[in-house]
Amino acid sequence: MAHQQRMYRLATLLVLAATLAVGACGPKAPKPSSAAPTESNPGASSEGANAANAAGGSLGSQEEIGGPQAGLLATRIVYFDFDSAVIKGQGVDVVAAHAKYLSANSQQRVRLEGNTDERGSREYNIGLGDRRAQAVRRALLLQGVSEGQITTVSYGEERPADPGHDEAAWAKNRRVEIVYLTPAGQPMTKP
Amino acid sequence: MRAQATLNNWRPWPALSLVLAILIGAGAAQAVHAALQIEITSGVRDPIPIAVVPFAAAAGAGGGLDVAGVVQHDLEGSGRFKALPRERQPASPTRAEAINAADWKGAGSDYVVVGRVAALENGTMAVDFDLVNTLTGVRLATQRFTGPPGALRNAAHRVSDAVYQKILGVRGAFATRIAYVSVDGAPPAQHYQLIVADADGENPHLILDSRFPIMSPAWSPDGQWLAYVSFESKLSGVYVQLVRTGERRLVSARAGINGAPAWSPDGRKLALTLGGSSGNPDIYVLDLTSQSLTRLTDDPAIDTEAEWAPDGRSLYFTSDRAGSPQIYQVSASGGHPRRITFEGNYNARPRVSADGTELAMVTLDGGNYRIAVQDLATGAVRSLSHGRLDESPSFAPNGATLIYSQREGGRGSLATISVDGLTGLRLKAQQGVICDPAWGPFGT
Repeated sequence: MAHQQRMYRLATLLVLAATLAVGACGPKAPKPSSAAPTESNPGASSEGANAANAAGGSLGSQEEIGGPQAGLLATRIVYFDFDSAVIKGQGVDVVAAHAKYLSANSQQRVRLEGNTDERGSREYNIGLGDRRAQAVRRALLLQGVSEGQITTVSYGEERPADPGHDEAAWAKNRRVEIVYLTPAGQPMTKP
Repeated sequence: MRAQATLNNWRPWPALSLVLAILIGAGAAQAVHAALQIEITSGVRDPIPIAVVPFAAAAGAGGGLDVAGVVQHDLEGSGRFKALPRERQPASPTRAEAINAADWKGAGSDYVVVGRVAALENGTMAVDFDLVNTLTGVRLATQRFTGPPGALRNAAHRVSDAVYQKILGVRGAFATRIAYVSVDGAPPAQHYQLIVADADGENPHLILDSRFPIMSPAWSPDGQWLAYVSFESKLSGVYVQLVRTGERRLVSARAGINGAPAWSPDGRKLALTLGGSSGNPDIYVLDLTSQSLTRLTDDPAIDTEAEWAPDGRSLYFTSDRAGSPQIYQVSASGGHPRRITFEGNYNARPRVSADGTELAMVTLDGGNYRIAVQDLATGAVRSLSHGRLDESPSFAPNGATLIYSQREGGRGSLATISVDGLTGLRLKAQQGVICDPAWGPFGT
């Protein structure tokens, strides 16, 4: 019974917090400082002590734009082998082209979306997709792009490009998509 | 407060669609879902013969719901019972005293369930049932369930639970709920919905609707809340949502992965996977009241899919720190993890039975991803499912059955299998793919 009362009290708190949180994840959300845990900063973000902070994130607008289309820049997808996060073949050139463009256009931002095929456990696949997005991120950083230009997300097996269930479909789904976003400091525009 | 307790008991969904409409926009208004279709895929060789006689309903009571039909469907769906078809029932008693045990024994039924639905003066409904053993003539159970009219189906499932327990000695899990994700539409225009339904797939309700992935629903121990991952901002966020009202709160939207939420047994903390901007997924514990975050693992490998042991003193998780995904256990206060699985080179997504004795997981078995169970005392592993791409196992609260997702011929459906491997069901949606099931706790 005591437990139940505690849950009711928690529920009341959460209801109050929900108003803040739902408001804060809209497009006009403020940008609190990073609460991300990192290797050098274990256990970060205990100071992010309210829902609005946790909700806002530090990653800014995710509004997509068409971005550059010249030559290899029109190619936005990097493919991977099974169980691998190694950038290979044409992917190396595609990443290099985007690195060159992004380092010359330092206001331009991208979101790297890691994906896997459907095999295996869903959340573990989120980890594998993240590993692919990180491989592309590291390659971009090594070639002069700055950290603030890049956000990463892993969709794991949740957003297949090809809905099939064979090796041909899986090969298309093991990928990182490079998505161009509205440049920093610019107002958002609807596509 | 008393009204609240009654509501909790029967779990109706007052004003849910209204709140959802406010919360997630006009899409919720057209939230009409077809219930899942059930097929029995395997059952025991000699199911127990039982007869469930149509319940008497006073005028205006029951709203047309066939309570006996729900009970019969539950019991047969368990794979442990075979029901006597109604047209072969020798009589239509509605009370134990009216049962002529010899007639029912003669019709081949070892047990008979009879009952009544009545409208009480205070506007609530009462469902009474009797269970009689036809071999001995003994009345094994008589019980009444009360609640608001909208919760009659839940009362029927409670009758099933009681009958199951009396005959098999294990509490039934029919009056429980499942959460799952429905995905519809072709890439890149997929449509994702988080749905909560009765354990038999009926009574589905929309919890969240999004153009971006929703995954990993997890029930709070009291069954009031769902935690889940939503990519509705295009990045990952972990939310907790009060199921009955739709009110929700974003609890983690940090850089990188925010995933795999798991409630502590006391409901006060969430274990999470956080990746950070440089991509190092580890297990963290978030105190839901203080918001304080504690790091539990610290390894450059992928550490994810945390699951609390029932005593709350340790957690199981998936890690590929040894090169391939395996399951590890770590103290809730941190420290060095201990490896739990050793057979094969892919064991992921641990789930522990409520009594803490068995670990369910996804295992790679001769090129197929299957659901396996490991006895935590002996380490013995047995493969339970037979599909090619089975994943996301979740224990029923009675520990007798697992629900998981499977993919056959391009269709994603849910399936259940008893932990003895003898009985199974498939739950199919009429369209699209359904996946990522989570079996809720017992009601209170």
